Amino acid sequence: MCLFVPFMFTPMRVEFHNVFPLRRARVHEVCGAGAMGFAVLAARGPVLWIRQAWLSETLTPQGMLPLFDPGQMLLARPKDQLDALAVAEEGLKDGALPHVVLEITRPLDLREGRRLQLAAKAGGTTGLCIIPEGMGSNAAETRWHARPVFDFEQEDSTLKRWEITKNKSGTLGAWHVRWDQQTSRLDVVSPVGERPGSAGAPG
Amino acid sequence: MWFPRLASDRVLRARPVDGAFALTLKAKNTERIYCLNRAAEQAGLGRGMSFADARAFCPDLISPPARPDLDRAFLASLRRWATRYCPWVGYEGMDGLVLDVSGATHLWGGEPMMLADMRARASRAGLELRLGLGESRGAAWARAHYGEAQSTLTDLPVAALRIDDQMVTALQRLGLRCIGDLTVAARAPLARRFGPDLMLRLDQAMGHVSEPIMPESVAPQFATRMSLPDPIGLTEDVMGITARLLRPLCDKLKAQEMGARRLCLTLRRVDQGHQQVELRLAAPMRDPSRILPLFERGVGEVDAGFGIDQMRIEATLIEPLPAQQIGSGQSSPDQLNDLITRIGTRIGLENIQRFLPADSHIPERAFSIAPAAFSKPETGWVAPRPRPLCLFPPEPIAARGPQPPVQFRWRRMRLTTGRAIGPERIAPEWWLSDDTWRTGLRDYWQVDTREGRRLWLFYTPQNPGWFAQGEFT
Repeated sequence: MCLFVPFMFTPMRVEFHNVFPLRRARVHEVCGAGAMGFAVLAARGPVLWIRQAWLSETLTPQGMLPLFDPGQMLLARPKDQLDALAVAEEGLKDGALPHVVLEITRPLDLREGRRLQLAAKAGGTTGLCIIPEGMGSNAAETRWHARPVFDFEQEDSTLKRWEITKNKSGTLGAWHVRWDQQTSRLDVVSPVGERPGSAGAPG
Repeated sequence: MWFPRLASDRVLRARPVDGAFALTLKAKNTERIYCLNRAAEQAGLGRGMSFADARAFCPDLISPPARPDLDRAFLASLRRWATRYCPWVGYEGMDGLVLDVSGATHLWGGEPMMLADMRARASRAGLELRLGLGESRGAAWARAHYGEAQSTLTDLPVAALRIDDQMVTALQRLGLRCIGDLTVAARAPLARRFGPDLMLRLDQAMGHVSEPIMPESVAPQFATRMSLPDPIGLTEDVMGITARLLRPLCDKLKAQEMGARRLCLTLRRVDQGHQQVELRLAAPMRDPSRILPLFERGVGEVDAGFGIDQMRIEATLIEPLPAQQIGSGQSSPDQLNDLITRIGTRIGLENIQRFLPADSHIPERAFSIAPAAFSKPETGWVAPRPRPLCLFPPEPIAARGPQPPVQFRWRRMRLTTGRAIGPERIAPEWWLSDDTWRTGLRDYWQVDTREGRRLWLFYTPQNPGWFAQGEFT
């Protein structure tokens, strides 16, 4: 009986490198204020970015330049979510581009999520849905919550908190990561509050 | 080859009628008869007669308007058909063809056999055809229009010399009624009276002056067609026929080193309706096995009705596509182009875009967005200063003063400035008028808020105000 207690209350932590280069042939989800940055960082290669035509915000190639080569991005502008899903399914199934990013604006139901998942499996591609908060589909492999974090130490910083809130094949976890411009690498840093000598500021 | 009723035959082929039939053409504000069939001619009608008179003669006249442009196209297709007899085929006026058959008649078993074959095929096609055969182009014209295929040239009337009506009347007044009269008359007085034109026409008809036939240089036709004995309606049947049509088309494209950019599949149904499937390709292509699957979506949407009995595929837009060296090392972007085409059939080929660098300091003009199918990916991206990942139309922020606000509200969030980096001054491009830059200079600040969001704010010193325009990662 007593043996159960430590297992139940010790938080099981999954290592970041086990989850972060997102698992191939699956569809993942990300929400939160830093979702776009997450998507750009997760892509790392030719990507098909599907964004509905009526959305006024534009991605800027100069903004993604430190993270990603804008020449490798194809932008699809379907008129509504139905077309967006069809394009995403086509792109995932085809496999010509290893990453497909889909921005959705209304909740996906299980059937739509599952179809995307099957398409990703068929094409061996990685799909990522940028979802508004709480609009995920149950079919997603992982769901992430990404938000930028204020960095007290470093100017020009890109510190952010990435939390995995759903994981079909593992446990959950949260990390503070920072993009290292010099080495073009994503560094995992320990959160401010857990660092020795920090003031425990909100982070 | 003269088709005396080309225009009306063309219409009657598609929709036969019994009784009098005439095409009318509006010229100089009156409807006049342009072309008519034999029944109408027997009823007393004639070319150039006004339509009102014709209706008085023949109340049950069926008379659609004429379409000279379609007649011209029909003659062009007849010209292509006539190349089965010899390679030198040219146009003769608006309703005739001229063939240089020297050296080609033996292939048909002699001249009479060839003429018989032409007559048989024309009558089977529902075309009235008059043939003339001669040593010269003028002689053939004269026989086709004014005599029989083998009649003696000198017996034909002078009008057969392709001269205008006034000259014909004048010659007849002089008693010169047939060509034979002209040949024996003295040339000099005739030339003095009627000008050199008459003599030239006479010499051309007699073969003293050569008159070459200009074969039209044919642009290769990238189209194939198939008529089916029985109507079909199943998608897989249509795809099967499409595959059979694509193969010769792609062979032709390959021979010309061309690639199709836009293909149009026309399906004719038994009830004369047409359905078109247009396929726009992301890159010029001539590989039938790759083009065929791209048609699947379009063909699936076709309503076959009572069945489809004719299919035609045409490359409506072609681009040069030189042969590629095999195994040049770099992988071809074929798969990507196929994907772009497939997505393009759904959302439109222009809606698949890529970023191209542009030379401007204005953040929203430092790049351009171009359709991916019509552009190549470019390198040479520079960002001398950090730029936000996403840009949005400027959103006003309640703040004052040239320094960034310590606290501000943005999108219903209360944010506290933790660190502000700036200002970076960007001046509007005065040579381009842009309404969003009416407020003048902008001082951009990168503001890291304590809540985490990293915003790109700007202050307009010439027109004080704060705005948020972008967000960093």
